[in-house]
Amino acid sequence: MSNYDNTTLIAASLKKRYARERRFQWYGRFAVFIGFVFLIVLLADIVSKGMPAFTQHFIKVDVTLDADRLGLPENPTQQDYFGADFGGVVKASLREMFPEVSGRGDKKQLYRLISVGAEYDLRDHLMANPELVGTTQSIWLRAHSEAGSYLKGQVSRALPEADRKVKDIQMDWLDQLRRDGRTQSRFNTVFFTAGDSREPELAGIRAALQGSFFTLMVTFLLAFPVGVMAAVYLEEFAPRNRLTDLIEININNLAAVPSIVFGLLGLAVFINFFELPRSAPLVGGMVLSLMTLPTIIITSRASIQAVSPSIREAALGVGASQLQTVLHHVLPVAMPGILTGSIIGMAQALGESAPLLMIGMVAFIMDAPSGVTDPSTVLPVQIFLWADSPERGFTEKTSAAIIVLMGFLILMNALAVFLRRRFEMK
Amino acid sequence: MMQGTENMGSMTSVAIEAETVETDSRETGESRVLQLQDQDEVRDYVTIGAPFVDNAKMAARNVNVHYGEKHAIMDVSLDIGKNEVIAMIGPSGCGKSTFLRTLNRMNDIIAGCRVDGEITLDGEDVYGRQQDTVMLRARVGMVFQKPNPFPKSIYENVAYGPRIHGLAHNKAELDEIVESSLRRASLFDEVKDNLDKPGTGLSGGQQQRLCIARAIAVSPEVILMDEPCSALDPIATARIEELIDELKEKYTIAIVTHSMQQAARVSQRTAYFHLGKLIEVGGTKDIFTRPRHQLTENYITGRFG
Ligand SMILES: Nc1ncnc2c1ncn2[C@@H]1O[C@H](COP(=O)(O)OP(=O)(O)OP(=O)(O)O)[C@@H](O)[C@H]1O
Ligand SMILES: [Mg+2]
Repeated sequence: MSNYDNTTLIAASLKKRYARERRFQWYGRFAVFIGFVFLIVLLADIVSKGMPAFTQHFIKVDVTLDADRLGLPENPTQQDYFGADFGGVVKASLREMFPEVSGRGDKKQLYRLISVGAEYDLRDHLMANPELVGTTQSIWLRAHSEAGSYLKGQVSRALPEADRKVKDIQMDWLDQLRRDGRTQSRFNTVFFTAGDSREPELAGIRAALQGSFFTLMVTFLLAFPVGVMAAVYLEEFAPRNRLTDLIEININNLAAVPSIVFGLLGLAVFINFFELPRSAPLVGGMVLSLMTLPTIIITSRASIQAVSPSIREAALGVGASQLQTVLHHVLPVAMPGILTGSIIGMAQALGESAPLLMIGMVAFIMDAPSGVTDPSTVLPVQIFLWADSPERGFTEKTSAAIIVLMGFLILMNALAVFLRRRFEMK
Repeated sequence: MMQGTENMGSMTSVAIEAETVETDSRETGESRVLQLQDQDEVRDYVTIGAPFVDNAKMAARNVNVHYGEKHAIMDVSLDIGKNEVIAMIGPSGCGKSTFLRTLNRMNDIIAGCRVDGEITLDGEDVYGRQQDTVMLRARVGMVFQKPNPFPKSIYENVAYGPRIHGLAHNKAELDEIVESSLRRASLFDEVKDNLDKPGTGLSGGQQQRLCIARAIAVSPEVILMDEPCSALDPIATARIEELIDELKEKYTIAIVTHSMQQAARVSQRTAYFHLGKLIEVGGTKDIFTRPRHQLTENYITGRFG
């Protein structure tokens, strides 16, 4: 009888319980949905703004490579090529293509169709093929970034002429060139091979990428061994007393210190006191390693702590020394967690800009650094610099650089997942 | 005979007192001070039977173990004779594992655990300054209550000890040690084709036998076994008991067990623990046929525990 009563009671409460459970699930789904929408909007915005930066327009120009006009002697040396007037030749070729253009203002507009970098491309092309001197060649020259953005369809004629950099007359010329099949969109290799430049169409992330690479290398080489060693010592060997408690509290506090403070510290200690080179990946890496150290130590300690004490007992029980127990048994088990924490710390360091601004890695760098002491910049700082530039060409480059940065972050996280899987399988 | 009964009567009352101490210790600090005094009286309890032998391999004298505030082992004195198997029995939580772990200093790694008294191995002080714990644990091996294989291959589990101690001069010798250890733990036939598979992938009973193989691979002089057969089926249990019989020719074994039959089958001496105290020690046959203490009798006849 009472059993029967219980069943009806439970049945009555079941409905309510399940309803609550369903409601809770819906809240969860809604939260995930909101988060997902924000992510998609963000990604879509960045990708749609950044994608055009991966292509670049070229304009086919008939260039007369006259030795006299270039000012090239017979059998020119490299010096001669560098002194030659390629810019003048490019301008002359443009005038020949549009003979009706007259007046200084219009001519200036005409010259602005082609990138100032075109003359260097032309010079390199001729240096590689000296036999072309004296001939007339149809050569694809890099378009100016404003002309390029018109060709990419980013500028509308509907806008008042005063509000845009591409003038009506330039638009007419570009339309004509397009009709003649003299324009072409190509993959933007300069973006990956060049350093920064004043001209958007000549600017690239190579220098910043290399700077980031060197900086992260220094960070990893300093922070990973030191962090893991510190974690192992604190977890496995250090006696529990006031001092180690104090150290633990301080490490936890360090993790919460704003990164710019580390930049100030780096400026005061590494640069002003130890007189290490300014703007160098060496100092940048040292500063970032200070910043990532607490992260690495805390995550490493947590994963060492999570290793079951029975494994330690087993090792000690067969007569392993404490160091052998740690190296042979505890660390291998803790390694996936340590690596995940370290890679997340490194990813943070990769995206960090504030402390690097403090130590002068914000300089305008055209050449990729070839070592850790060369002046350089890093990706997030490059993004910061470009985001500050008013030209349309830099706006899209900002987003493109963000895409590259995010690509690397995803790559690093994938590496973390991959390493964890590999270690866990063993 | 007369004296024995008298003894027994006083002992029983002490045991009851001890039980009240247990329950009261959860109360306020003030009453705890009082009980500690009670415990000091309890501490005067003297184990009955024959805790000492002539040819002791290990000897414990007045051993007290505290886990922080908790007094887990109270004034235990016990000899473990050379080449004998001594069984330790007693109700759950009475301190069998704790006592076993003091013998090879496994308690060192437990924070807040304090061991007082004296323990010797071949006359050397186990807790002495010169004692090297690595050497001690190589000589006094242990099989833990819960199987704890390394998360490595089966081969690696067994080979690890001999390798770090440099017991094998080459790969063939190491292979030989691994195979014979696995055979003696009666695991070899089951795993011989999967020596490179992880030891953690074995069943609970297989893992325990792997841990036994791992312990005997370093040929310790004393082997401490904490309920080695609790997860094993009768066949594997019988094999382990055979192994113990065989091992005692060369080694000294202390085994904790909850099975009276097992204690009776494998051991020469039996020690009965109760609430942290060593109540009675004697020849296994004597303990099981003529227990002298009321608590021992109650336990082996199944009245509690
Ligand atoms: N690490 C520890 N910290 C605190 N108290 C402990 C610890 N280990 C054991 N104890 C306490 O010490 C007492 C003895 O424990 P022990 O493990 O030695 O019992 P046991 O006789 O082995 O029991 P079982 O038969 O259940 O294994 C118990 O009351 C237990 O609560
Ligand atoms: Mg136990």
